[in-house]
Amino acid sequence: MDKNIAGKTISVNEEGFMTDFNQWDKEIGAALAKEADIDLSPRHLEVINYLQSEYKNESPLSIRKIGKSGVVDIKEFYQLFPTAPLKTSSKIAGIPKPASCI
Amino acid sequence: MSEFNGEIRKMMIILSKATLENVYAAFVLANGARMEGIEAEIFFTFFGLEAIHTERLEHLHTSTVGNPAMHIPTLLGGLPGMEALATSMMKKEMEKIDMPDVHEFLEILKASGVKLWACKLAMDMFHFKKEDMYEDLDGIITVGDFYGKGTGLGTHMLFV
Repeated sequence: MDKNIAGKTISVNEEGFMTDFNQWDKEIGAALAKEADIDLSPRHLEVINYLQSEYKNESPLSIRKIGKSGVVDIKEFYQLFPTAPLKTSSKIAGIPKPASCI
Repeated sequence: MSEFNGEIRKMMIILSKATLENVYAAFVLANGARMEGIEAEIFFTFFGLEAIHTERLEHLHTSTVGNPAMHIPTLLGGLPGMEALATSMMKKEMEKIDMPDVHEFLEILKASGVKLWACKLAMDMFHFKKEDMYEDLDGIITVGDFYGKGTGLGTHMLFV
């Protein structure tokens, strides 16, 4: 379905995850973050960039992997994205919801 | 089902066993809760204490006896070395699916905000001391204390 955000139109699924990563830009990311009550800081963006590069490499994401990323540790990850961090950060990054149990 | 439309706000998990599959079940459920924005606390009691006993947590086993899903005849399952074999096979499979070992999993749980409680009664019974246990425990508490922490709408309790 289509969604209007930051003056643009993006395609999202029923849970609000973007279905076409090519539509993503920083303004859309900031607006998606605002919907999740998060003010994007440079630190948030470093994490978002990491998630996006993993997605482009088709490398599945998990909490354990985030902890080993060298970009952010698990504790800080939860501080940056307090509620459901992996889901929330992926939504802001414009990538699909990670199908991970760990 | 009227409270928050039945939404789960907090999982209170009681771990009473020390077989690898039960420990992982409790850990995955607690971690999975945090990943969904749900609070989680684990109460380690009786044999579950082994999962937070610094020396013993490195040597948890899966059980090959009395478990039909193992597809090993009970008599064979009781032979020396069978548990070790089944355990090492299980650990290999877990590594393949990116499952952390018990100690690393405890660190992940703590970093994710899961509270870890040891049962006072079971600690006394097994003669365990605070110094024997995983260093980042939130405390040693009574069952009454644990119930006290489970107040609030949307709290669910689970016995593993």
